[in-house]
Amino acid sequence: MSAESRAVAPAEHSPVAGLAHDTRGGISNPVLGMILFITSEVMFFAGLFAAYFNIRAQSPEWPPAELAHVLQIFPLVGPATVLLISSSFTCQFAIWAIRRGDRTAFLRNIAVTFVLGITFLVMQAIDYTILYSEGMTLDAGPFGTTYFTLTGFHGAHVLGGVVMLGVVLYRGMAGQFSARHHDAVEATSLYWHFVDVVWILLFSTLYLLPGHGAA
Amino acid sequence: MATTAIPRVAAPTYRSAIYEWVTTTDHKKIGILYVVNSFIFFLLGGLFALGVRAELAQPGLQFFNEATYNQLFTLHASLMLFLFIIPMLAGFGNYAVPLMIGAPDMAFPRINALSFWMLPLGGILMLSGLFVEGGAAAAGWTSYPPLAGAAFSGRGVDLWLVAVTLIGTSSILGAINFLVTIFKMRAPGMTLFRMPILVWTVLVTSVLVLMATPVLTSGLIMLFIDRNYGGNFFDPATGGQAVLWQNIFWFYSHPAVYIMILPAMGIISEVLPVFSRKPLFGYKAFVFATAAIGALGFSVWAHHMFTTGQVFLPFFSFMTFLIAVPTGVKMFNWIATLFKGQLTFKTPLIYALGFLSMFLIGGINGAFHAVVPVDFALHDTYFVVAHIHYVLFGGSAFGVFAGIYYWFPKMTGRMLDETLGKIQFVIMFIGFNLTFFPMHQLGLAGMPRRIADYSANAGWTDLNLVATIGGFLIAASIFPFLWNVFISLRSGKPAGNDPWEANTLEWATTSPPPPYNFEHLPPIRSERPLFDLRHGLVKDEAGPAPAGILPPAAAPAGH
Repeated sequence: MSAESRAVAPAEHSPVAGLAHDTRGGISNPVLGMILFITSEVMFFAGLFAAYFNIRAQSPEWPPAELAHVLQIFPLVGPATVLLISSSFTCQFAIWAIRRGDRTAFLRNIAVTFVLGITFLVMQAIDYTILYSEGMTLDAGPFGTTYFTLTGFHGAHVLGGVVMLGVVLYRGMAGQFSARHHDAVEATSLYWHFVDVVWILLFSTLYLLPGHGAA
Repeated sequence: MATTAIPRVAAPTYRSAIYEWVTTTDHKKIGILYVVNSFIFFLLGGLFALGVRAELAQPGLQFFNEATYNQLFTLHASLMLFLFIIPMLAGFGNYAVPLMIGAPDMAFPRINALSFWMLPLGGILMLSGLFVEGGAAAAGWTSYPPLAGAAFSGRGVDLWLVAVTLIGTSSILGAINFLVTIFKMRAPGMTLFRMPILVWTVLVTSVLVLMATPVLTSGLIMLFIDRNYGGNFFDPATGGQAVLWQNIFWFYSHPAVYIMILPAMGIISEVLPVFSRKPLFGYKAFVFATAAIGALGFSVWAHHMFTTGQVFLPFFSFMTFLIAVPTGVKMFNWIATLFKGQLTFKTPLIYALGFLSMFLIGGINGAFHAVVPVDFALHDTYFVVAHIHYVLFGGSAFGVFAGIYYWFPKMTGRMLDETLGKIQFVIMFIGFNLTFFPMHQLGLAGMPRRIADYSANAGWTDLNLVATIGGFLIAASIFPFLWNVFISLRSGKPAGNDPWEANTLEWATTSPPPPYNFEHLPPIRSERPLFDLRHGLVKDEAGPAPAGILPPAAAPAGH
């Protein structure tokens, strides 16, 4: 097999190696790939949310009395939410900038997005330590388990997004993106918006939705 | 000024065959890796099944204790479903889809390689449970808590959870790759409704994988948290929901049965028209039936949970009957394709006919379970085991063998031996029916699944012995196949480009195809471009292009 494959010309020397299959306009392969990946992520979080609402609906009281006071919007979660939503805006500003070829504005906005993402993670980590000190833990009944699983997996996705933003920032500083070639930026920004939307749903569910049962 | 000579041509790099196969991003090599890897797990899963059958041949515990027996059937099912059928069909998709749509490779070749290499890693993780304290996962492939929880199951279940998560991630990445390839990489002229049926089934399967597998992943992670970090998702004693796992699991695992059958349906939909010298009857009806199965597949999961008393029975019963309709449409498609065709009984057709007949039985005995009272009687009996094997072995595995005999010439450039192929089919077909047909009666007689021992006066002994003999016959049928592959690779008849006079684009290139797949693509004006070319329905004015000259259709459009 290997002897035969050596005999034929490598792909880059073939007469049809330049065969363009994806030049009929429309969405690019990496961006379509990212949209499909986000679809699968939506289903992943749908599984977690379904579990959450199932357990919540079947619980006699939610939140349980001894933990009713621990989920506080201030001082950390509310500001962190504002920062994360702002980062979606800066990310979009970066996209608009690179689409018109303005690399300076693009890099500036990506850098701000990157810093906002890290700040969110730091604030979430501090919030976790406060919750743990108040007895709200992963093994403190379904309330704690669902809270930490949902926010934890969201945090992991923020971390993933921050890594992607870091790569985009690094490649952007190396001058790899232009108005025509920036699929990686488009894909990263889609992912970042998705992470933001998940947090809005999570925040509304965990902090704003009124509880039920004896309180 | 110092000058350095720049070589005009890059020096040829010689790599060992092993390096080449381990680092390849060529969809054809990855497809073959998928097929070979899946076949190895098929053999391993078969060994575990032989252990199960050996133990059940007679009442009493002869070979294994109950704990080992539980590991045997758990690993048998897990390997066969997650590491044989699903990746095997993905392997055929990987090999055939880019060729069939006239693309040079998958959309993301390196992600494609990543998808593959997660599979052996997942398999090794799952099997490594055999060497940890408490043994491998033994809670069944369904891993229901509380049985699969920390109180009743050892570390094997943790390894199982991680392995299935890895394999699921591999599937998801593969599905994204297939969808982008199918949507974005089709050759000029290859419209959606000219795609081969296999490509359509891979498309629908990929949508199912994309939407269902992440839900299973979320469940696996919740179970892992419950087992290892004191989580409370599935433990009712601390406020969790045991049935929640079943809902999450079957929300994946019912669509998963279509993930496991649709591409096999695609394979026989390629084989039947070629060997009956007719177009597939009702191409569009088949496509819409496939899409309907995919859509309805998400609304029937709770028919696995009728006896929990926690699901809305009339809805799920009705939907289960409903999903039999598009499946029935396909049966008519296939039978009408065969009707008045000029049948040439080559091995691929024989396996496709095996699929057709056995899957029909599997479909009918499955429909029984949609009737709620009948399901209450048959739930967790051997009748269910008979059903699953008639659809997944009689259906998918026979489809897989049809695919192997059909594309082996394309993959290797050599034909498999027809006589050995037919010998294998006869032994396997007899063995299959001996094994699984008696299980219907065993189920009706009340034999529950997942038991290692039964009473000698239960009246189950004879049928179990027959099933065990059949199981060993199936195992025996693998030897002519392995011998066939071995001698055909060494000295099989050269295949030529198109040994079957087939219809689809993969036969328009050499066997095996070059790394870039096509020197030249024929015009694509229907779903059978090669048939059109052979019968002068289209003119290929450019003709096979001499190397180095670009045919007009393939001229690179500016980026």
